[in-house]
Amino acid sequence: MSDAEGRPAYLAHHFSEAEQQRESAKLGMWIFLLTEVLLFGGLFCAYAIFRSWNPDMFYNAHKFLDVKLGALNTIVLISSSVTMALAIHNIQLGKRKISIGFLVTTLVFAAVFLTIKYFEYSHKFHVGQLPGKYYTFTGIQGDNPHIFFSVYFAMTGLHGLHVIAGMIAISWVLVKTIRNRFSPEYYTPMEMTGLYWHLVDLIWIFLFPLLYLIG
Amino acid sequence: MTTKSNAHAGHIVPLWVYLTVGGGLFILTGITVAVSFIPLGGWNVVVALGIATLKATLVALFFMHLLYDKKIFLVVFLLAILFVGIFIIFTMFDTMRRDDIYEGAGRPIKPNAAMYDRMQTAGDSTAVTHGEAHESTADTVGNEENTEH
Repeated sequence: MSDAEGRPAYLAHHFSEAEQQRESAKLGMWIFLLTEVLLFGGLFCAYAIFRSWNPDMFYNAHKFLDVKLGALNTIVLISSSVTMALAIHNIQLGKRKISIGFLVTTLVFAAVFLTIKYFEYSHKFHVGQLPGKYYTFTGIQGDNPHIFFSVYFAMTGLHGLHVIAGMIAISWVLVKTIRNRFSPEYYTPMEMTGLYWHLVDLIWIFLFPLLYLIG
Repeated sequence: MTTKSNAHAGHIVPLWVYLTVGGGLFILTGITVAVSFIPLGGWNVVVALGIATLKATLVALFFMHLLYDKKIFLVVFLLAILFVGIFIIFTMFDTMRRDDIYEGAGRPIKPNAAMYDRMQTAGDSTAVTHGEAHESTADTVGNEENTEH
C-alpha cells in the first residue's frame, strides 16, 4: 500500500508525514467540536434564562419526565462511549475483528438510546406535553409550562439529531474497517468519529441533570 | 518507515484506564440521581452541575485523549467552554437584573404567553382550563397601563 517513493497510500500528497496529517485532521476536528459546543451553548443559554425566570414552573414540569428512562439512557450512552473507545483501542493494536465488534456494539447502544427516546417522546405527544401552541396538557402548576417542553424538545431533539449523525459516521467507519482500510498506522477517520461520539455523550451528561434532575 | 509511522500512530491508552473511567462514570451517574432526591435548595443544581462537569472532564481527558495529546487540542476545547461561559453569564447579568433599573417594568414576560389569549378567543376547550391564567394576564395589562400614566 505504498507508491514508488515509499509513501503510504493513506498519506495525502500535501503532507510531509503521517503525523502531520493526523494532527492536522485532529485540530480541524476539535475546531469543529468547538462550533458544536457553541451551537448547544445557545440552547443552554435559553435554558438558563427560562429557568431563572420560571424556577417553580421548571421544578413542577420536570416531575413529568421519567428519571428512570433518563438515567437508563445516560448509562446506555456512557456504555457506547466506552465501546467506541475500545474500538479505537483495538484498531491501534491491530485487532481488526474485535474493533468491528465494538463498533457494532456502539451502534446497538445508539439505537437503544434512540428507542428509549422514542418511547419518551411518544408519551409526551400522547398527553399533549408539547412545545408552544401545541401544548394541551393541564396538570402542571405554574405559568407557561409549555416553555419547559419547548426547551426540552429543542435540546433533546438537537441532541437526538447528533446521535443519528454519529450513527451514520460510525456506520461509515465500520464499512471502512470491514474493507480493511485501517491499520495501527492509520485509523484517523475512526479516531475523529470517536471524538464526535464522545462529544455527543458529553452533551447528554449535562442535559440529563439539567432536564431530569431539577432539585 | 513502517516502524517510524507506527510510533507516530498515537498513544495507546491501557485497557484498564478505559474500564476504570467507564466504571467511574456509572458510579457518578448513580450519585447524581441519588443526590437529586435530597432537597438541598439552591445547592441541588450546583451539585448536579459539579458532578456533570467531573464526568465531562473524565470523558474529555481519557476517552477524547486530551490528557495524552498535544495541548493545543485542550486549548481549543477550553476556549469553547470559555466562550459558552461568557455567553451565558453575560446574558444572565442582563436578564436577572432588569428589575434593578426599571422597578416592576422590567418583568421578563407576561405571566402567561399570548397564545393563551388566542385560545380564549378561539373558544376551544383548553380556554376553560386557562381561564384563571387569562385573568392574571388581564391584570398585568392593566398594571402596564397604570404605570404609563
